Amino acid sequence: MNIAIRNGRLIDPKNRIDQQADVFIVADKIAGIGNAPAGFTTEREIDAQGHIVCPGLIDLSARPGNLETDLRAAVAGGVTTLVCPPDLDPPLDEPELVERLVLQAADLGLTRLLPLGALTQNLDGERLAEMAGLHAAGCVAFSQGKRPVLDTQALLRAFEYAATFGFSIWMQPQDFYLSRNGFAHDGEVASRLGLTGIPVSAETVAIATYLTLAADTGVRLHLRRISSAIGLDMVAKAQTGGIAVSCDIGIHHLHLSEHDIGFFDTNARFDPPLRSLADRDGLRRGVVSGNGVGNVALCSDHTPLGYDDKLLPFGEAKPGATGLELLLPLTLQWGREAGLSLTQTLAPLTSAPAAILGRADLGHLGVGAEADLCIFAPDALWKVTPENLLSGSKHSPFLGRELTGKTQVCVVGGRVVY
Amino acid sequence: MPNPQLNANGELTHLLAIDGLPRETLLHILDTAASFLGIADREVKKVPLLRGKSVFNLFFENSTRTRTTFEIAAKRLSADVINLDINKSSTAKGETLLDTIDNLCAMHADMFVVRHAASGAPYLIAEHLSRMGHNDIHVVNAGDGRHAHPTQGLLDMYTIRHYKQRFEPLTVAIVGDILHSRVARSDITALIALGAREVRVIGPQTLLPTDLASMGVKVYHDMRVGLRDCDVVIMLRLQNERMDGALLPSAGEYFKHYGLTPEKLALAKPDAIVMHPGPMNRGVEIDSAVADGTQAVILNQVTFGIAVRMAVMSILAGN
Repeated sequence: MNIAIRNGRLIDPKNRIDQQADVFIVADKIAGIGNAPAGFTTEREIDAQGHIVCPGLIDLSARPGNLETDLRAAVAGGVTTLVCPPDLDPPLDEPELVERLVLQAADLGLTRLLPLGALTQNLDGERLAEMAGLHAAGCVAFSQGKRPVLDTQALLRAFEYAATFGFSIWMQPQDFYLSRNGFAHDGEVASRLGLTGIPVSAETVAIATYLTLAADTGVRLHLRRISSAIGLDMVAKAQTGGIAVSCDIGIHHLHLSEHDIGFFDTNARFDPPLRSLADRDGLRRGVVSGNGVGNVALCSDHTPLGYDDKLLPFGEAKPGATGLELLLPLTLQWGREAGLSLTQTLAPLTSAPAAILGRADLGHLGVGAEADLCIFAPDALWKVTPENLLSGSKHSPFLGRELTGKTQVCVVGGRVVY
Repeated sequence: MPNPQLNANGELTHLLAIDGLPRETLLHILDTAASFLGIADREVKKVPLLRGKSVFNLFFENSTRTRTTFEIAAKRLSADVINLDINKSSTAKGETLLDTIDNLCAMHADMFVVRHAASGAPYLIAEHLSRMGHNDIHVVNAGDGRHAHPTQGLLDMYTIRHYKQRFEPLTVAIVGDILHSRVARSDITALIALGAREVRVIGPQTLLPTDLASMGVKVYHDMRVGLRDCDVVIMLRLQNERMDGALLPSAGEYFKHYGLTPEKLALAKPDAIVMHPGPMNRGVEIDSAVADGTQAVILNQVTFGIAVRMAVMSILAGN
């Protein structure tokens, strides 16, 4: 279908565009910006007056619960591409499982779903998974999800094997032993509340290991869910030193700290844990493009949770929160508070994750790119309540807060899906 | 963030921790306890303040001593006391903590005395009661994980005040396994709220929580330095499972460096008192000569503990 999106304010971080312009879509591609391509006949017109038109958001980590419900939540949040970790049940360690998931998502015709393949069979951290086969089935990179590789020799072999084929490895840096039994940042709040702590060193020790092996093997490394300022600094230094490394940060880590645990609020239990105020502020500064760290994305870290999963003592409650519908407004809030332009604000949701994925056709509005767009009302105020969230997962530390910015229209591959 | 243990008028509705309780509330509890102390010497050791009320002792973690003192306290207030050893009953059948609470609410409980292995469990219960509209049911934390043991903290304060009258001039040392100790956390918070001049914690780094100084205490690793000129020495129990592993090499080495001997106690003020929440490990954290010596007030702590628990239950019940 030929779609004309008129009167919107275009924000395209990759192409450094911030201007009032119309967008023209032919079939599944962007066909023109400002002026309609030759011979264009409008079949559908979308009036984006007063709204922002930007590339569809790329969420580098969301774990769908019910696939249909959560992909609907994704498009309602403006997310047009979603990367799903492999530690599902069963784990994505066989091509057939990946093909089935990709097909199911394609049938729904909502958000693009890009799966990460298991790095090791059954994520056991010992035997390599069939990476080439998984890649052919649709896996965009390889990961252990939240599962560790305890044997560093096996880890080296996995890095070497992935490097052989040019595959990327996505690791969540958290040392198994240093984080064992822990469930909160090892700092003043955990000490006062008597919660078992996870020290920042659990993150930095793992980052150091992964960076060393990445440098030795030449594999492209992506570090998922950096939670500490010093961790982000290590990534920046490694990039300066020529290591091919990128990273992402859960959006909640830009807004919350250990203090949000308050009196044992289980909604503030995350993995990795919410860290100190100094860490939060260090991450907030570090994400700004040009501040030392390149290729850093923000993600929702959407985690499906049942109603009862948080109605437990803090240490027994499940970590994580709903996130797909909060990613955009929470990112906009960070950008506003940090005094950033909209192009700077939206880069970690569009151009940066596309670069991390190595996808030149995603995350921007250049002619020929995939027609994935998010049209949002930047000033729309809405309250986070269970009723206002489409996702089946309703737990969030932001419940009851008023956020600004709401998706009005979401287009994936030239189809209006929200 | 409102403190869940105070109602809209700032009155105590649950006792969950010492955190955030105003000094006046703490002193009011201590004063009330003083008025209950004489009851133990009467022929009939009872007052009718909780007559007709049902107090449920919910012990999700084993304890004989604390449970007994709560039971005695409730019975001296004329309450009906029901002891539930939840370890062995419902949770073993898969019932959740909050299911258990709902069932007991349906039995018209008036007060829950809760001991649980997870830090924060009593908060979860208090929050649930409030969500379900049971604003007339009170929760007393009898020890949650490593977090708090507020009645122990209060009875320690009662003991200190009994022997030292005022908190302001005091230097208090807490010695041993602070990391795993809910008693230490409650004592530290209470001492600071009551204005003690200096609170010291003494222990090896493996047994001290991170950022302890943020709680307002001074940290010492050398017991001989930390004990100097102290007015009060609170020894903590070292659990057997911590004695020979990655936290400590052996009980013997621990005793050498952190055990309280007459010779180390001599570094404190001559009139310093020695406290211990019990049960003691003689020869591990405390030498028998000290435990049975003239400066030890350990058994008086137990006696005061009943009066303090009576005071807490009586105040929560609206007296």
